[in-house]
Amino acid sequence: MSQNITALLYLVSGVLFIMALRGLSSPATSRKGNVYGMVGMAIAIGTTLALIKPSFGAYALILLALAIGGGVGAITAKRIAMTAMPQLVAFFHSLVGLAAVFVAAAAINAPAAFGIGSPGHIHGQALVEMSLGVAIGAITFTGSVIAFLKLDGRMSGKPILLPMRHLVNIALAVILVVLIATLVMTGSQVVFWLIVLVSLALGVLIIVPIGGADMPVVVSMLNSYSGWAAAGIGFTLQNSALIITGALVGSSGAILSYIMCKGMNRSFISVILGGFGGETAGPAGGAVESRPVKQGSADDAAFIMKNASKVIIVPGYGMAVAQAQHAVREMADKLKHEGVEVKYAIHPVAGRMPGHMNVLLAEANVPYDEVFELEDINNDFAQADVAYVIGANDVTNPAAKTDPASPIFGMPILDVEKAKTVLFIKRGMGSGYAGVENELFFRDNTMMLFGDAKKMTEEIIKNLD
Amino acid sequence: MANLTPEQALEQARAAAKAAQDAAAAAVGAADKAQGILGDLSAQVASAHAAASAVDPFVFQFSIFVMAIFVGYYVVWSVTPALHTPLMSVTNAISSVIVVGALLAVGVDWASGPGAGWARGFGFVGTVLAAVNIFGGFMVTSRMLAMYKKKS
Repeated sequence: MSQNITALLYLVSGVLFIMALRGLSSPATSRKGNVYGMVGMAIAIGTTLALIKPSFGAYALILLALAIGGGVGAITAKRIAMTAMPQLVAFFHSLVGLAAVFVAAAAINAPAAFGIGSPGHIHGQALVEMSLGVAIGAITFTGSVIAFLKLDGRMSGKPILLPMRHLVNIALAVILVVLIATLVMTGSQVVFWLIVLVSLALGVLIIVPIGGADMPVVVSMLNSYSGWAAAGIGFTLQNSALIITGALVGSSGAILSYIMCKGMNRSFISVILGGFGGETAGPAGGAVESRPVKQGSADDAAFIMKNASKVIIVPGYGMAVAQAQHAVREMADKLKHEGVEVKYAIHPVAGRMPGHMNVLLAEANVPYDEVFELEDINNDFAQADVAYVIGANDVTNPAAKTDPASPIFGMPILDVEKAKTVLFIKRGMGSGYAGVENELFFRDNTMMLFGDAKKMTEEIIKNLD
Repeated sequence: MANLTPEQALEQARAAAKAAQDAAAAAVGAADKAQGILGDLSAQVASAHAAASAVDPFVFQFSIFVMAIFVGYYVVWSVTPALHTPLMSVTNAISSVIVVGALLAVGVDWASGPGAGWARGFGFVGTVLAAVNIFGGFMVTSRMLAMYKKKS
């Protein structure tokens, strides 16, 4: 196959990847978009195989690798619970990062096969691209592993603040730049592996101080990094499919990070510097906590909702933890049967990754046209009889609007307090991830339903009959 | 002027002629210099033309990269927030196109050098990792997308 045809085919797969993302503009077109993505990937792999014409042995190795990886991937994709999506995405990011490191390691060992020079005499430009790709890839790898451990609950979601962490990070970054410069001048493999090591350490140190509630930003940011790593390797290989994809993924992750930061009214820098959500002291201290709250039972809640004409359900991370989405849907069906209008309101940073709640509701067969984003539904709360809040604490806290001293001041929130009655399901009186006391609990129109989100909702369903 | 002696007038006329001559010489020098600069310029332009016919491939790739960032920017902003999780999983899947690099490495000729064995090994692991992502990413995305339904 001529080089020109190869290049054009890679371009075709790049364009198909763009169409895959374009499809996601609506759920109706999204499935077709995903198929475009698969076709694009098939073309890229087919073209590469036709280009390198591997020997029989190499072919066997490639098929073996694809079978092992494909098998693991397919089984994981089939079995994973929808509530575990944030962990899975973090895990997948780590693989892209690690793959970038291995590809670069292969390239430095056999530069001729990659068209970047001969052993020991690799073009400087290729070395720059490669070292950027490998550094970002290694940071993505360990960063994603830490994010995975935190999201999966294998590591505390609390920020871990090491002494002098900013200084250490800056020092490592400087060392990294020096090492990259040394690699470009010497082409030494030892320096290459030092770059990998320093980047691996940096990945751990960057993510460790970031708390659980900031994970939506972290996951998006790592998504972006995996893209830039791919683009770096794409430049080394002079492969347009890889360059286009890297740019797409890089900008996609960057935009998601931006949306998540805006949803929390925090700057990207303050999220990255970490430490948020570590301190548990609320602004007003213990005096607030001794105030009485109105507590209700499932029976009370069922009665109120049955007699309502409009109910808005506000899911949060608590729904994911309790796996309550199916019970919630069932409850909504019962209410609709009673003639109650039911809608869902989703805050951009509810859950642990962008769109987390939407996926869970979709899994429970909630039609997507009943689910609304913050800007589209916030005015509806004033006309709603009931706001049913399931483990969404910080995103409903009115202190974000009224208390300039609050750490979450300025964050856009769902105006649940404007509903006639707020039913707030919570396991206990603890504060949310931001460590802030929620003023909402003490309002006259709030009824606290203490218990597991799933069990409480099931109780309500029983009482609705 | 009126009471100049003929000698003085002659002297002044000579001086004027000398100045004019100097100016002319300077003008010629300047013209020469200008021509020289022009010549240099045209030479530079010519060499620039020569370079243009062989722009470093990096520049083309970089152009693709920059364009793709802009395309990505507009395409991603048009993604509905409800599909942000599938967006992440599908971007994951497509970034595994890095598998093309891993495949190149597995296909390295044994005879190509002492590093060939290493390259093949790294390529093999890289292919496995990317394959997990390709199959896992696309499949979990289609599993999620199949769940999004309209009100019946």
